Amino acid sequence: MSFQLDARTPSGPLEQRWEKARQEMKLVTPANRRKYTVIVVGSGLAGGSAAATLGELGYNVKCFCFQDSPRRAHSIAAQGGINAAKNYQNDGDSVYRLFYDTVKGGDFRSRESNVYRLAEVSVNIIDQCVAQGVPFAREYGGTLANRSFGGAQVSRTFYARGQTGQQLLLGCYQALERQVDAGRVQMFYRHEMLDLVVIDGRARGIVTRNLVTGAIDCHVADAVVLATGGYGNVFYLSTNAKGSNATAIWRAYKRGAGFGNPCFTQIHPTCIPQSGDYQSKLTLMSESLRNDGRIWVPKQKGETRNPNEIPEEERDYYLERMYPAFGNLCPRDIASRAAKLMCDQGYGVGPGGRGVYLDFKEAIGRLGRKTIEERYGNLFEMYERITGEDPYSVPMRIYPAVHYTMGGLWVDYHLQSTIPGLFVLGEANFSDHGANRLGASALMQGLADGYFIIPYTIGHFLAQVKPGAVAADHPEFLAAQHEIEHRTKRLLSIKGKKTVDDFHRELGKILWEYCGMARNAAGLRHALEKIPELREEFWQNVNVPGSGEELNQSLEKAGRVADFLELGELICLDALEREESCGGHFREEYQTEEGEAKRDDEHFCHVAVWEHAGEGKRPVRHVEPLQFEFVHLAQRSYK
Amino acid sequence: MKIILNIWRQKNSSSPGKMVRYELDKVNEHMSFLEMLDVLNEELTRKGEDPVTFEHDCREGICGCCGFMINGIPHGPERGTTVCQLHMRHFHDGEELWLEPFRAKAFPVIKDLMVDRSAFDRIISAGGYISVNTGSAPEANSLPVKKQCADRAMDAAACIGCGACVAACPNASASLFVSAKIAHLGLLPQGEPERDRRAVRMVLKMTEEGFGYCTNTGECEAICPKGVKIENIAMMHRDFTRAVALFREESKVGGAG
Repeated sequence: MSFQLDARTPSGPLEQRWEKARQEMKLVTPANRRKYTVIVVGSGLAGGSAAATLGELGYNVKCFCFQDSPRRAHSIAAQGGINAAKNYQNDGDSVYRLFYDTVKGGDFRSRESNVYRLAEVSVNIIDQCVAQGVPFAREYGGTLANRSFGGAQVSRTFYARGQTGQQLLLGCYQALERQVDAGRVQMFYRHEMLDLVVIDGRARGIVTRNLVTGAIDCHVADAVVLATGGYGNVFYLSTNAKGSNATAIWRAYKRGAGFGNPCFTQIHPTCIPQSGDYQSKLTLMSESLRNDGRIWVPKQKGETRNPNEIPEEERDYYLERMYPAFGNLCPRDIASRAAKLMCDQGYGVGPGGRGVYLDFKEAIGRLGRKTIEERYGNLFEMYERITGEDPYSVPMRIYPAVHYTMGGLWVDYHLQSTIPGLFVLGEANFSDHGANRLGASALMQGLADGYFIIPYTIGHFLAQVKPGAVAADHPEFLAAQHEIEHRTKRLLSIKGKKTVDDFHRELGKILWEYCGMARNAAGLRHALEKIPELREEFWQNVNVPGSGEELNQSLEKAGRVADFLELGELICLDALEREESCGGHFREEYQTEEGEAKRDDEHFCHVAVWEHAGEGKRPVRHVEPLQFEFVHLAQRSYK
Repeated sequence: MKIILNIWRQKNSSSPGKMVRYELDKVNEHMSFLEMLDVLNEELTRKGEDPVTFEHDCREGICGCCGFMINGIPHGPERGTTVCQLHMRHFHDGEELWLEPFRAKAFPVIKDLMVDRSAFDRIISAGGYISVNTGSAPEANSLPVKKQCADRAMDAAACIGCGACVAACPNASASLFVSAKIAHLGLLPQGEPERDRRAVRMVLKMTEEGFGYCTNTGECEAICPKGVKIENIAMMHRDFTRAVALFREESKVGGAG
């Protein structure tokens, strides 16, 4: 075994662990910080906050994003909110409760120490964002307002209308631009990371493609931080932005970084259903809508009446029926599976019977249209723009869609991957959310990692290495650069008959069918035959027009899809090997009599960490056992 | 339905561009405008032609990547909508459309419908922030903010930085964009200490980047996909005027110690 999976988790009382770890960390003195160069790839909540904070500390930061501005990162699309254990509502919240809800929501597949730290720093995040001028919703007295989210019985979610991600990202982007102005952060826009360079077992830099000129450049650093988001777009149709991709983490995986729990993907229950084959992406409707919207299907199979004409007694509010304690606010994996179950049984509504109603009639009657407008106005508008239907008068139709990936590169307590000097933040890492993420926790994790964790842990790493000492013409850099140039040439020279999107769509169909909301061994084995065939065909028959020395969006897509075609296989392999159901990973063979996920704590209470074993070789599965010292392992119940 | 597209094709920033005509026969009314362009690009790729370059990412109207002119209107004819959320049901069978990039001196064309909007980042970098290092923030509820102020700040902060306001303005002014940030931060008590400095630095930077002056035409407000209001520009002018009279650069004399 070549991996040393030392999670570096502190021991002792849970609430003292982070403080204890910080006390033991080495520091870099202010005068020495500018001698160290740190590369941050990605400029969303995790990357942007890390780059800004490391710049403030005085490190020499280079930040990369493939978009035209750091403000475009996909964190911007998060709608509903950010959790924090402030207990402003006096409703019984605490750091421990947020920790517990997160561990339970993740179906007991996350690390206790990490999750507790996340809950602990959540309160600092709100302070920081407010100080930056993030316009959170407020009460008439001027204090901050909260709303409820799934998987919690307290109101701990802070929000800025339905644009919380946008506002948090703009706060972090402004902090980043302030450092750009101060000369401590150098921004590289329209640059895509295409490889990681590892020298003597340590991450020493990256190779990028300038998306405007096509130039392949080497960038040297003393540490590399990846904050490149999730890989949900492997499914083709997802709520991710079109450009979101796995290339950075996949390249790092192939250079020796372990990949944790790749099969843990989150299917979000409330998205606008697909309307046709031309569809390019799916649009999420915030989970916050489940605060006031009631989900139902007709009791009659194949119902064709207008929903408003269906009387109360002929409606099945199935979440309220199945999970009375949490009702419409049960966690995402559970709500998604229930929707699929209803549709599979023939109760679905809309085209193809792939949809359920999300109805605001009762809430509008109780609170008035104005209140609903204030709370969800922009979401209702978005729904109307896309579907052409008015949700104030007709119930929304929703269906689950791929939204988030809990899996990602394995990191220890310091957020360092299995490659020393390579740190991974936010959705790109595997930590904190276990097998299912609770709503409003992604923003929390991204900012916790970037503002409050990496500044300490990277300092500890840098304090132990000498700055500089490698040049951009080191043979490893030149080799990586050469490999990329070769790969680009190869992609451009195939000139086959199918487009990149043809392959991507096909891959997405395989994954959605066999590794989506429900999985089984036979289906996964089938997918594991299909995907390599498709990959083979891609490299024989894809058509990538244009050249490599210009702006070429087809080439960008082709490189990303080539990586998805490899990652898709690993996802299925991981899903096949994990012979239990937990959170978003639902294996049909392992369920309770009531159809709930049935965990196998005896055999699978661990993180699966995959090691790349070379081209064409089966990757090696390692495990990091999960120990629960504070939370009792129980079957999740939201009834 | 059938749609005829005349699209501005330009290989790169240094070559001349021209309009090229394309006909699409099977456009579905539920498609978004960008999904229609996806279909066109798939066809062009199959024919071995260069697909049309256009910027896009979230396709939910929030990232601000997308945007071009449709028949002379930034983001097209629907109010309050980015082009990624514009659906074909708003067009009629056989309609002929002209697509061009946003035109402004400060937004050079990169390729086809894609322009360089990095000037916006440089304006924000000049002062569009509140200086507060990570870790130095006070407890969030220790500073109450009037709900009305928070709401108005949020209205201004809704700007997605797409640049449509610049493209719509006869002077290619970035005043709506710049004022949205000045208003967002200036309306909040947290933004007060740097209010003068922010107004001066951002407005001067806007001019330096080659954007024009505001002459109160109001086109920007009319086409803004996020409904950002021209009243922000009034606030910017007031803050700028006041700041020019009052603002002095920070003392150059070092602190004690």
